[in-house]
Amino acid sequence: MFFDSDLLMSALRALTPILLAALGGAICERAGVFNIGLEGMMLMGCFTAVATSWFTGSPWLGVLAAALASAAYSLILAVGAVTLRADAVVLGIALNLLAVGLTSFLLRTVFGVQGTFDDPSLAGLSLVGGFSPLAYLAWAAVGVAALMLSRHVWGLRLRGVGEAPDAAATLGVSPVRYQYGAVLVSGVLCGLAGAQLALGNVTLFSENMTAGRGWIAVVAVMLGRALPLGVLLAALLFGLAEAAGFRLQGLGLPQQATDAAPYVVTLGALFLTTARRRRRTPSTSSTSSPSSTSPSAGAVT
Amino acid sequence: MKQATRISPVAHVTRALRSPVAFSVLAGVVIGALFLIGTGADPVAAYGAVLSGSLGADGIGSTLTTLTSVLGLALALAVPLRAGLINLGGDGQMVLGGMAAAVTGLYSPLPAPLTVVLALLAGMAAGAGYAALAALCENRFGVPLLVSSLLLSYPAASFASYLARYPLKEPGSSLPQTRQLPDGVALPAFGSSTVTVGLLLVVVAAAAYWFTDRRTAFGYEIRMTGLNSRFAAYAGVERKGLTLRLMAVSGALAGLVGAIGVLSFPYRFLDGSLTASGYTWTGLTAALLAAAAPVGTVLASFFFAVLQVGGLSMERTTEVPRELTQVLQAIVIVFLAARLRFPQWWFNRRKEAV
Repeated sequence: MFFDSDLLMSALRALTPILLAALGGAICERAGVFNIGLEGMMLMGCFTAVATSWFTGSPWLGVLAAALASAAYSLILAVGAVTLRADAVVLGIALNLLAVGLTSFLLRTVFGVQGTFDDPSLAGLSLVGGFSPLAYLAWAAVGVAALMLSRHVWGLRLRGVGEAPDAAATLGVSPVRYQYGAVLVSGVLCGLAGAQLALGNVTLFSENMTAGRGWIAVVAVMLGRALPLGVLLAALLFGLAEAAGFRLQGLGLPQQATDAAPYVVTLGALFLTTARRRRRTPSTSSTSSPSSTSPSAGAVT
Repeated sequence: MKQATRISPVAHVTRALRSPVAFSVLAGVVIGALFLIGTGADPVAAYGAVLSGSLGADGIGSTLTTLTSVLGLALALAVPLRAGLINLGGDGQMVLGGMAAAVTGLYSPLPAPLTVVLALLAGMAAGAGYAALAALCENRFGVPLLVSSLLLSYPAASFASYLARYPLKEPGSSLPQTRQLPDGVALPAFGSSTVTVGLLLVVVAAAAYWFTDRRTAFGYEIRMTGLNSRFAAYAGVERKGLTLRLMAVSGALAGLVGAIGVLSFPYRFLDGSLTASGYTWTGLTAALLAAAAPVGTVLASFFFAVLQVGGLSMERTTEVPRELTQVLQAIVIVFLAARLRFPQWWFNRRKEAV
């Protein structure tokens, strides 16, 4: 049978990094900061996790270091987009580029190898019930994020900051503080996503190993309308596409077709949801996501 | 932007130095020097190696070859960026353009010179069509261009990779590549160098972009849309049509770069060879650095081509990995996005000292 429990299991494994990163992106989105630097933050997490795990022998220290390093990295976005009011799109693209260059540079200066660092003594995360502990953490994070955003005063204030920063400021809620918090949380979650990718799904680091997953996470935020449960569904869709791709490859389909599958499926889902959303609200020309407004003209003067 | 009032040359230089671009480039160079010191290299020697390796007699040919691709893709991204649109699908458009040129070059029954022209046109058409698809995704379905262009890039690369590995694969070769193009189906090179007529084509494209931007109503519409899209819409610029046209031009340029790549050494489509150097991202960085202005885009592309080629000779002489140049590019853009600049007092104080 094509759709069986094995397929679901591998889909759930494939979705974990996307889900963690996309949750971070969703929280940023809710706070009014468009974060397309998820890919770069994940990649920094991948490298830090592998380097720390290799030098300390503890994958758990690797996970911790990845979260901290990505959070520190995300500060660039926080300072740039929130304090200096720079164009978040340009900053995000620059963060992605910087991460590719920086991790490749560090791979060569720290490990003296090019392309891939793959050592048998590198310790990966052990599995609990078929999943890495970070997978359980990701699912728990969906629930926590959903409850926080809908029930807790912090979540409500965060949404207030994202929707009407001036009104929030009038009520004594500091938009800057909440936006910094949201960006840092996204950094931590992307760090965990990177750790999962480099120490959970596989146990190695290779140049640009995120390979567009951060972008898929950005799309998952749009698909899921920045709702934690919506993001979960979107990430599940991607996981299923990836798992089904592997399955089809086993059935003789060329690898290139299955490589492309997740992107095609994601794009298709994006068509359907945005088209449907548009029909429902014909008066507004743009979708709810701030990304649909073109990057501000500030970059182009 | 050109100023209406006449200003003295000194003020001109001061203003240029005070621009965020100058600050960003300098900050990139300084941070790069810190990296070099961190790895135990001498920054002066390393930067010297970058310059001598890229602009010296041995390196200039390589720099101009790199410039062909970087400038071509920088223009491809600058054209929509001028209107505030970001095309992230350069890789896919370039690869499809290269594949279309390879297929045309291999199977066209026409004489060689005509085949070359046809292959270039096929490459441009393939890139333009694919980029237009991304524009349609935004216009018809409301999928943001940034996302649709990027997501479309992956299946395009996979498709071209599939063609090069299976139906069009060179029989008997272990590499994922098509057969070599027939004799004469190649862009003429200058002397014995690797620099081809492709460079001229890209320079002509840059000149055409400058002319359109400065001298035509269409260029004015594009710039106004970039500065204030709502005002431009009010003034009668039709946004969807503009997006479609700009993306088609953008994709055509990216496809042209792919076609030039195939019609130059190694005269075939080799899977991964067009995208391996990351020209799309370098081009995007150059376009962002120049804020998509035509002359600035050419200068920024040259700057990054020098960095990229010079990085190799820096690696040879100082053993600092060439990836450092990629780090530099990104740092420049981070600073530029933050629009940091030298404060006014810095200049006042210098004036007093003089």
